[in-house]
Amino acid sequence: MAGHHLAQLNVGTLRHPLDHPLTHGFTSMLDTLNEAADRSPGFVWRLVGDGSNDATAIQTTLGADVIVNMSVWESRDSLWDYVYRSGHLDVLRRRAEWFDLPKTAFQVMWWIPAGHVPTVEEAVERLHHLRAHGPSPSAFGFRDTYTPEDAGLGVVTTDGHDQGLHRRQSATG
Amino acid sequence: MEDIEAIVVLQDPVRRQLYEYVVAQDHEVSRNEASEGAGVGRTLAAFHLDKLVDAGLLVTESRRLTGRSGPGAGRPAKLYRRSGAEHHVSVPARDYRTAADLLAAVADDARLDVELRAAAAREGRAARAAAGPIEDLDAVRAVLSVRGYEPRADADGAVVRLANCPFHVLSERHPALICGMNLALLEGLLEDAEGLRARLDPQPGMCCVTVELSKNNHD
Repeated sequence: MAGHHLAQLNVGTLRHPLDHPLTHGFTSMLDTLNEAADRSPGFVWRLVGDGSNDATAIQTTLGADVIVNMSVWESRDSLWDYVYRSGHLDVLRRRAEWFDLPKTAFQVMWWIPAGHVPTVEEAVERLHHLRAHGPSPSAFGFRDTYTPEDAGLGVVTTDGHDQGLHRRQSATG
Repeated sequence: MEDIEAIVVLQDPVRRQLYEYVVAQDHEVSRNEASEGAGVGRTLAAFHLDKLVDAGLLVTESRRLTGRSGPGAGRPAKLYRRSGAEHHVSVPARDYRTAADLLAAVADDARLDVELRAAAAREGRAARAAAGPIEDLDAVRAVLSVRGYEPRADADGAVVRLANCPFHVLSERHPALICGMNLALLEGLLEDAEGLRARLDPQPGMCCVTVELSKNNHD
C-alpha cells in the first residue's frame, strides 16, 4: 500500500461541556491516548490545535458542542489495532458516559496520497458525503473496506473517474 | 472443506494430540517440537500435521530457524499454527451467529452498552455460583478454560492472558460493545475472588481482557 495513507475523522457530541466534571473521565485520558497513538505502528499524523496537544479546541461547521479527532495511518489495519486493540478501547467502552447517541455516521475514512496533510474542511466534507450517500470508495467506515485503487488512486486514469467500484467485505469471518 | 469433515479429522487420537499441542503454544511449532510435545514419532507427526493443514485446522509457514539465508543456510523449516478459520457443526442446522450479529448491531447503534454489561455481569455471577469458589489463579484458569478462553499464565505467574476470544467474530465487528460485555462477564465471574481482577488490556491477536493479582494482594 506504499504511496497511500488512510485518513480518518471521527466526531462526537459532548453530553456536558469539555471542562465539566462529568467530562473529566474523558479529558483526563486524552494525553495517554494520544501518546499511545503517536507510538502505534503505522501512525503517520494527527490533528492538534494551536498550542495544544490534542484537537479538542478545534471548531468546525458541525457545531460548538461537537469535538473532532482526525489522523492519518499507513493502513486500515494499523488504525484498527490502535482504535480497538490498545488502551483506546476502554474509552470506547465508556463512550455513552460522555457522548450523545450518534444519530448518523460519526466516523469517516478515505485514502490520500502519502504526504498529503488533510484539512478539517476536507474531512467534514467527506463525512457529509458518507452521511448523504452511504459508504463508497471516497468515504467509508470500518465495516466497509475499500482500497486506494477502488478510490481511483494509484491507477492511471485519463478521465479522472474512480476505477473499480468493487466493494469488498471486511475480513471478519 | 465442509465444517463437518474438518471436525471428523480430529477424531484420530494422534492427530487430536498434535492439534491440541500446537494450538496451546504461544509460538509457531516445528515438526520436531510437535512430535516431541505430543509424544509421537517424527514421520507420523509430519503425516498427521499435514492432514490437519489439508483440513484447514492448521496453517503452515516456512522459515529458516537459524536466521541465516542464502546458499548453505539449509532448507527452511515448516512451522505450524492454528488456522483462523472457525468450524461449527449443528444438527439440526442452527444459525445463532447471524442472530447474534444482528442483535449486536442494533444494540451497538442504540448504545445499549450499560444494559448489556449489566446482563453480562449477571451471567458471570451465575457462572461463578455454579463453579464453586475461585480463590487463586489456578482456579481462575480452570474456569476460563471451560469457557474457551485458553488462559496462559505470564512468566512471573501474576497475570493470566487469554489467548482465545470466545466471541471473536462479534468482537471484531462490534468491538466497543462486545469487549465491554466480555469484561463485565469476567468481572462478574471474579467478583468475590479476593485479590484477583479482570481488566481491559487489548492486544492484537488476543482476548481483550487479562486477569491479574490486584496490587493490594502483593506482598
